[in-house]
Amino acid sequence: MNGASPAGVPILRLGDVLVTGLLNELDDKSAVAFSEELTARITRDGARGVLIDISRLEIIDSFVARTLMELTTMARLLGARVIVSGMRPPVAITLVELGLQLTGVETALNAERGMAALGWRQNSPPPEGALA
Amino acid sequence: MHDVRTEEDLLTIRHAVRAATLREGFSIVDQTRVVTAASELARNAYIHGGGGTLTVESLTRPGGGIRLTIRDEGPGIADVEAALTDGFTTGAGLGHGLGGARRLMDEFEIRTAVGRGTTVTVTRRAGR
Repeated sequence: MNGASPAGVPILRLGDVLVTGLLNELDDKSAVAFSEELTARITRDGARGVLIDISRLEIIDSFVARTLMELTTMARLLGARVIVSGMRPPVAITLVELGLQLTGVETALNAERGMAALGWRQNSPPPEGALA
Repeated sequence: MHDVRTEEDLLTIRHAVRAATLREGFSIVDQTRVVTAASELARNAYIHGGGGTLTVESLTRPGGGIRLTIRDEGPGIADVEAALTDGFTTGAGLGHGLGGARRLMDEFEIRTAVGRGTTVTVTRRAGR
């Protein structure tokens, strides 16, 4: 169930949430393969939420931005809510200067907050001094 | 000089441009700006220009910096002003590539003519 996808990123299921990510090496072919696998998994697993972690992405150009917007729309059409987490600050600055706002794409500071927004809660409080 | 002929070339170019920005001592935000601009321009050459080349140069003038030249022998751009406008697209992007790359860099020059290809030269100064 949790094998590597054609795009090289596993899609993990945690309850009714799918957890995955994007890599720097995203190209056209792997973007298409990833879209197909993610939408199939949403349907098969009955997912209500999808967390896409992008903390590995060193840049987001208009191609990757379009991919994120399309993934979000596809998932929404299937009844699942997407949260994109972990954008690096320089990437956020550059995206705005590029003129891209990722309209319609929900974001969270990190994967943990994204999971919380999708209804996941920690059972025990984090250790003293841990990052929120 | 790097070829821009395949998707793999686009990744190679990003790595080469990143390495050049590191050599120039660019901040992480400036590195990200320059690599993103290179990615947009190289993808333009790949998709619209039918492939081309990218050259990375270090500026020797005081303060240093980086100059990128992206050249293709594609169909050229008939209306450059329109192509620089956000939202203009004839391909698979979001229509922010050319105008966006101009905003990310300090200097931007484009030479193009229908049937004669397109050459874009962009510069980012270090330590602004």
